[in-house]
Amino acid sequence: MPAPRAFPNATIRPAGPNRSAAPGSAAIRATDLHKTYGTGDKAVAAVAGISLTVPAGTIFGLLGPNGAGKSTTVKMLTTLARPDSGTAEVAGVDVMRDPAGVRRRIGYVSQKPGFDPVGTGRENLVLQGRVHGLRAASARRRADALLERFGLGAAANRLLRTWSGGMQRKLDVAMGLIHQPDVLFLDEPTTGLDPEARADMWSEIATLAGDGGLTVLLTTHYLDEADRLAGHLVIIEAGRVVASGTPDELKSELHGDSVRIGLAAPDVAAKAVTVLAAADQVLEVTADGARLRARVPDGARALPGLLAALDAAAIPVVDVTVARPSLDDVYLRHAGRSFRSAPERADGAAGTTDGYRSAAASGKAVA
Amino acid sequence: MTISTVSTRMPGAPDTVTVRRTAPTAFLAHSWLLTVRSLRTLLRMPAYLAFTLVQPMIWLLLFGALFTNIARLPGFGTGSYLEYLTPGVIVMTAMFSAGWAGTTFIQDMDRGVMDRNLTSPVNRGALIAGSLAYQAVTCIVQSAIVLGVGVAAGARFPAGPADVLAVFGCAVLLAVIFAALSDAMALLLRQQEALIGLSQFLTLPLTFLSSVMMAPDLMPGWVSAVARYNPVDWAAVASRSALSGHPDWGLIAGRGGLLLAVAILMGVLATRAFRSYQRSV
Repeated sequence: MPAPRAFPNATIRPAGPNRSAAPGSAAIRATDLHKTYGTGDKAVAAVAGISLTVPAGTIFGLLGPNGAGKSTTVKMLTTLARPDSGTAEVAGVDVMRDPAGVRRRIGYVSQKPGFDPVGTGRENLVLQGRVHGLRAASARRRADALLERFGLGAAANRLLRTWSGGMQRKLDVAMGLIHQPDVLFLDEPTTGLDPEARADMWSEIATLAGDGGLTVLLTTHYLDEADRLAGHLVIIEAGRVVASGTPDELKSELHGDSVRIGLAAPDVAAKAVTVLAAADQVLEVTADGARLRARVPDGARALPGLLAALDAAAIPVVDVTVARPSLDDVYLRHAGRSFRSAPERADGAAGTTDGYRSAAASGKAVA
Repeated sequence: MTISTVSTRMPGAPDTVTVRRTAPTAFLAHSWLLTVRSLRTLLRMPAYLAFTLVQPMIWLLLFGALFTNIARLPGFGTGSYLEYLTPGVIVMTAMFSAGWAGTTFIQDMDRGVMDRNLTSPVNRGALIAGSLAYQAVTCIVQSAIVLGVGVAAGARFPAGPADVLAVFGCAVLLAVIFAALSDAMALLLRQQEALIGLSQFLTLPLTFLSSVMMAPDLMPGWVSAVARYNPVDWAAVASRSALSGHPDWGLIAGRGGLLLAVAILMGVLATRAFRSYQRSV
């Protein structure tokens, strides 16, 4: 995996005194954004009241399953779609009152490839720079610097359609950076990449933050991606923010350990939840199909008691693991279902039918 | 036209110099950049051009052969049907080929290219103008090929360079009208199948409701009445006059003016269709 490279001429943007966003100020401030598609019976509330503040110079993650409203939120912040209600400022500019001003200050890398496959890497970058008002010579210099920075120099003059998926994705990101934006939007930057290209992309994204004060807003449905890259994140579910904080803050909300128990069959899950909830030391139990999770202060100490209780109730156990809480546990707690089981859906409607929660009997239940 | 402001984010760093343009200069600069980009694509994929010429060759060579004797009808007014048909097929080719213009927009929508464009400062009018300029250049190449094939098949035109330019001009204006319509429909329908269906639905009837194949004097009255309002007929009438050896420049300028007016109108309407598209994303 390539280490972060330093090319003196290839900073994403210069650290200068006249940047528009001062350190510590908000690069994005959105208040109560709403967006509904369709009308009448077919109306779907894709975003139903999202507010967020992204500090300048950070990587900020929007985490949620497909259809949660991440992309719609990004479309409103990038002036692609107009909010039905609510307000948003990006790089200090109101998205509704001055969309052209926002467009000059942002880079947007959508989920889908945004380059011309019949153009070369350099041609694509130069055109994008020229559209942003760079003079021909500066656009060429910037293009070459970015090609070097992303390790694409050798392929620069080959047509994009001959590039690998990972290289194409990096070029998409480079195109979003050609004009040295204040805010870069990355919509699912690693979806569809193979593991190696994904790790490579992660290390590239990680070096973007703090490079001259660039702010990155990243959407993802990969928990490990948000955990690894985002300094701050919000979890979005059915068009609403259900949790926000740093990954560590969110995980430490769930103090103790997570005991994950696999049952032989899902039909005994309800009974197992009742048994575990009554067991000693258990703070909270959740079930998702045949997978149970019990949150306990000390996993190793609680485990024998839990297994004994299940055994006494004649519930067969297939596997057991004890782990520190992950973002998946955070997601499960806030969205009421396991992240992995979240259905791929585009309807945006709330749905918690495939998982259910049972608050622990101890009274320390989740609010 | 002047550059309104030159903003430098950071003094002394040449790579950060951006030029903020007024709307008219952005329109021209971006139109130029996008036209150059598409022409480069055309040069890299010239087979596309050959593909769009298959249909007109069938019209020109098969129809030209099949209906050779039509020209003997009293009132047809010309010696050779092929000579009558060739300018009409140039005009038809312009329309049919331009009807595909919007499919590029739909590919851009299916990829992330449209989203990237619409979140960048690219001028909306330039996105349309770039598409139209590309169609115009394609149209000139196609018109020259069709004319050349007509001559090779035996058609003779007592025409000079100015007359041929007038024919190409009419074909280009007609191509611009239908390319702008196709772009607008692409932005409104956002579906390849719907766009192609609509284009097919329009182009053939418009051809038969014009004097492309049949002399005006021999058409049924209602057809020639409709043809008077049909841009395809305007272009066909003007092109035939230009190649006739005794061009009626008043008529050519009149029809050309009508074509230009409709072309500008369609370009403006197509630019407005971006609003409809953005409401749908």
